[in-house]
Amino acid sequence: MERLGNYESDLNLKATELRLGLPGRDEPEKQTTTTGVIIRSNKRASPEISQEYSRCNSNNSSVSDAANDDQDSAPPSKVQVVGWPPIRSYRKNTLQQKKNESDSAGMYVKVSMDGAPYLRKIDLKVYKCYPELLEALENMFKLTIGEYSEREGYNGSDYAPTYEDKDGDWMLVGDVPFDMFITSCKRLRIMKGSEARGLGSCV
Amino acid sequence: MESTRSLSFPDKVRERVFAHLTSPEDRSSVSLVCKSWYDAERLSRTRVSIRNCYSVSPEILVRRFPNIRGVSLKGKPRFSDFNLVPSDWGADVHAWLVAFADRCPLLEELSLKRMAVSDESLEFLAFSFPNFKVLSLLSCDGFTTDGLEAIATFCKNLTELDIQENGVEDRSGSWLSCFPERFTSLEVLNFSNLTSEVDFDALERLVSRCKSLKVLKVNRSVSLEQLQKLLVLAPQLVELGTGSFSLEFSAHQFAELESAFNNCKNIQSLSGLLDATVRYLPAIYPACANLTFLNLSYAAMQSDELDNLLMHCPHLQRLWVLDTVGDKGLEAVGSNCPLLEELRVFPADPFDEEIIQGVTEEGFLAVSFGCPRLHYVLYFCQQMTNAAVATIVQNCPDFTHFRLCIMNPGQPDYLTNEPMDEAFGAVVKTCTKLQRLSVSGLLTDLAFEYIGKHAKNLEVLSVAFAGSSDWGMQCVLEGCPKLSKLEIRDCPFGDAALLSGLEKYESMRSLWMSACNVTVDGCRLLATKMPRLNVEVIKDDESDDSQADKVYVYRTVAGPRRDSPPSVLAL
Repeated sequence: MERLGNYESDLNLKATELRLGLPGRDEPEKQTTTTGVIIRSNKRASPEISQEYSRCNSNNSSVSDAANDDQDSAPPSKVQVVGWPPIRSYRKNTLQQKKNESDSAGMYVKVSMDGAPYLRKIDLKVYKCYPELLEALENMFKLTIGEYSEREGYNGSDYAPTYEDKDGDWMLVGDVPFDMFITSCKRLRIMKGSEARGLGSCV
Repeated sequence: MESTRSLSFPDKVRERVFAHLTSPEDRSSVSLVCKSWYDAERLSRTRVSIRNCYSVSPEILVRRFPNIRGVSLKGKPRFSDFNLVPSDWGADVHAWLVAFADRCPLLEELSLKRMAVSDESLEFLAFSFPNFKVLSLLSCDGFTTDGLEAIATFCKNLTELDIQENGVEDRSGSWLSCFPERFTSLEVLNFSNLTSEVDFDALERLVSRCKSLKVLKVNRSVSLEQLQKLLVLAPQLVELGTGSFSLEFSAHQFAELESAFNNCKNIQSLSGLLDATVRYLPAIYPACANLTFLNLSYAAMQSDELDNLLMHCPHLQRLWVLDTVGDKGLEAVGSNCPLLEELRVFPADPFDEEIIQGVTEEGFLAVSFGCPRLHYVLYFCQQMTNAAVATIVQNCPDFTHFRLCIMNPGQPDYLTNEPMDEAFGAVVKTCTKLQRLSVSGLLTDLAFEYIGKHAKNLEVLSVAFAGSSDWGMQCVLEGCPKLSKLEIRDCPFGDAALLSGLEKYESMRSLWMSACNVTVDGCRLLATKMPRLNVEVIKDDESDDSQADKVYVYRTVAGPRRDSPPSVLAL
């Protein structure tokens, strides 16, 4: 901390020290900030809260002075308080489980195109629906893929997007709901239209 | 008969008459009239609800009511659901089972909420009560699926097994295979919250032979394809909880599923629908005509999916959703569900800092405009305004349960930056039938003044991160005549507030205060002055000894607890 000495009068060191309480205030008395987090007076905060507050302070020490001003500063990170919001542990765990599952799915997959010298990679998580994905592929490889139909696949276009699923089978992109596709797609291959025709009439 | 009585009304006749009294309040009144009425009432009582397991002892209960067939017991304070109560706090059911086995062996029904239940207890239950029919466990903990094996194996007359949201150690799904092949009496089976895979063949055979099955709620491991088979076997179902609702389906399989739902003409309640996708959700539409309860709180739906679904549910009275549906989804609720009486909106991602989503005051407003019969709401939201709440209760003045959770503690009206006092003031002034209230947001003592002044039917109040001084709590204790449960956390209420309720607590079921400014001395004083209350202080490990981190006060005729763990100080 080389900034002691000459700069001490300018630098509000108190603002950067680690302590309980939001930056910008001298005493940890009961107060509310514009963002509305209450700090209790005379109370030693529970271990969970004090941990979070320390983290909060060390992250936000740079906005310490700004926090005194209204509204313009970045809001302090949400403090996780024990048992708040009041949701039953069971429900919380189930939702957390679902979130973890969905976070670990959705990933980068390799995309190959017949005749192209090297492969590309895309992050499937970025796309919300098939049209978005197909548009991205069209842009990436400078080609047109055309319209999907359940009966005929991508009939009428030069290329058809296919993918390898979890079971190792090659499937036509578009047959299953998008969310299901995302979780089962291992890699993509853009096939020349003539080869793909066989896939389109599978159902 | 006795010569001292000029008119001796035969006791047996009195008992037969009283057997028709079902309401516990009526029975209570009747038992106070005179000794012979007291006896007739107690001997004809078949069901009893103990809302705080420590308010009375098992011995007292079985001595007074020797002929009970059904018991419901609630144990831990509600905040144990949110990890605020140590796991060894108590509320063990075993002593109750022992007393019942001794004096009431004909016991048929047991409903437990927030009790500690072990596998040994479940085994003991299975062996001790030959007529046992109904077991319901909600928010309990301490047992594993091994305990369920005993129930399935030995309760030959079981009609109901309902396992909901418990802290159960899920070791395997083999318990389901323990129902004997000749067992056919099941009417209710709910294992939706267990995770282990069950043997589907065993489940299929069970459903097939239990012709009276009315309620079936399966868990995630049961696939859509398997569900279709179960529906074909049990078209008489009234309540259905599906498992995972996504699969790679051919058009033919979809048609079969749709047809199976079409044959279920009696479904009134639907839940589960985990991972439901737009593609397959329409399969359930044919079964929605008579739907009164739809629980989507484990299905992360978007607004348009919800809209499409609700169009098929004209008679919906109760709806539970995740806030993924957004305000737009709630607009769809307002448009499609004119008969709606209850709405619960749960947060899908309450702890994620990055996601700014969920619902706001707009969604709640939209529902209130479209659903004038709304009287029960549980609403988790990111922001709220005083004006919105005032309009909401104007639209829906019949609220009996108003539970609003603005998720950021102590957050003011986001438009005016004022406290949310006026919002809850509007609620208590307008909703004269209000029985249960949960408050949130930035609140001063004014909010509590309003509550004390107007909430004359209020029975349960939950408060968190609110209030300015002791005065707030005092207003509530002095003003709400029907107050039964008061639970408070993280508020600046101290000993003066605690002691202001001295005369009130005996007419209440319980008081909980945690992370407030109450001291052990204050609690001790309360305990000394009011010997018929149990005053318990739960200590946090690191706090100083003078602060009472968590206080639980309740009336009791059983005297002080004898099973307190070391972390609980009984004063």
